[in-house]
Amino acid sequence: MSKQIICNNLTLGYEDGVVTENLNFSVSTGDYLCILGENGSGKSTLIKALLGLKPQLSGEIKWCDGFSARDIGYLPQQTPVQRDFPASVREIVLSGCLSKKGFHPFYNSAEKKLADDKIKQLGIDSLARKCYRELSGGQQQRVLLARALCATSKMLLLDEPATALDPHAQLELYELIANLNRQRISIIMVSHDITASLKYATHILHISKKQLFFGTKSDYINSNTGRAFIEKGEI
Amino acid sequence: MLATLEYYFSFPFVRYAFVVVILIALCSSLLGVPLVLKRFSFIGDGLSHVAFGAMAVAAVTGITNRTVIILPVTVISAVLILRTGQNTKIRGDASIAMISVGALATGYILMNLFPSSSNISADVCGSLFGSNSILTLKESDVWLCTIMAVIVLTVFVLFYNKIFSVTFDENFSKATGINSDGYNLVIAIITAIIIVLAMNLVGSLLISALIIFPALSAMRIFKSFRSVIICSAVISVICASSGIILSLLFSTPVGATIVVSDLAVFLVFSAVSVFAKK
Repeated sequence: MSKQIICNNLTLGYEDGVVTENLNFSVSTGDYLCILGENGSGKSTLIKALLGLKPQLSGEIKWCDGFSARDIGYLPQQTPVQRDFPASVREIVLSGCLSKKGFHPFYNSAEKKLADDKIKQLGIDSLARKCYRELSGGQQQRVLLARALCATSKMLLLDEPATALDPHAQLELYELIANLNRQRISIIMVSHDITASLKYATHILHISKKQLFFGTKSDYINSNTGRAFIEKGEI
Repeated sequence: MLATLEYYFSFPFVRYAFVVVILIALCSSLLGVPLVLKRFSFIGDGLSHVAFGAMAVAAVTGITNRTVIILPVTVISAVLILRTGQNTKIRGDASIAMISVGALATGYILMNLFPSSSNISADVCGSLFGSNSILTLKESDVWLCTIMAVIVLTVFVLFYNKIFSVTFDENFSKATGINSDGYNLVIAIITAIIIVLAMNLVGSLLISALIIFPALSAMRIFKSFRSVIICSAVISVICASSGIILSLLFSTPVGATIVVSDLAVFLVFSAVSVFAKK
């Protein structure tokens, strides 16, 4: 399997201090990597670094085979602004195409078709004309996933995608993501939900100021770190 | 009534005022949508007070073309307010409040210390609530306003999709390589320009009404970004023209009349949205 991202001795932080250090991990095509860690363990800093929004203090992030930070489709956490935003589903999905446009101001027909295809793929075509603020939490996440898929077909980076969803919607979302993963889209998911992570992931990266574990899921379950956290039930 | 209007519109300065009012109403309503959605409703208020302070400084220096001082000061303040909004010790709303009252107080003191005319309270009242100088516009003012409006509209149309993306989800936009800080800056600068243009029209205190009311009214009823923008522009132009006509007919202050008609439309739209939900 071909590698997409390799991180070597990656240290992240701000001018006044290191947030997390010595991260060594890699992501290959088709992987499903879950990043586990407590609040303040450096998960969100790592996300920023992977998206190319924050330079590392030391170490390197190696992009392989022409893959780059721009090829990551990002699903951020919802912001309060979005909850009452007047925008149709289609407008939001279309905005995922902007990454490839450079200066050009308007969408062309290929981009509109791409957006419509992704809307269909995620099963929200009946909602395309609906207003985003009137959708349920699960439907909103599907819209944002469709937008991320307009930006890329290689890798999705999901930041706590299931928080604030009811259990049924959570399960649906996880199944949907697993389904995308089967279509060879790599998944990186930051999560608190250790049960779901262990069910769906192929690889686990566990951080807490420094790297506690990186490897396949089965190795994690048998490792000391893994056992300690699985017993606690959540992180 | 028609005859009265016809009489008023036979004067060129009334026609000039009419054109300027409509252009400013159009521009401010377009920008209002992203500003309201980004929780920057008060930026209009804050910047207009800065513009008031700058105008007092300009009056003291005795420069005839006051825009030379007012415009740069307001633009710089706009940039500063948006900067502080992101990550500093003083949060966005506090920094706007601080800058706006600070400028207001400084401006008022300056106007009292160095009175440029004998009637200070009329001067102050004029700059706060819009002066009748809207009816003393020259042809060159109309041209300046038209050029500014064309620039604002062009920028808005060209960057429409990016403004949408940055307003809806700044984090996602950044991740896809859109320079969201840059677009925030563009929005701030255009806002500052519109506020300076609109100062004579409705005055510092009422300017935010032109920016936020049409957007808020449109958001009551419409559900896509594009329809909200279009509706906001239409509401604003209609309210501005009816406001100016009413003010001519009933000799009411121009700015306040426009704002009250915006308020009326907002109330009607709110009522409609409540009934539509039932």
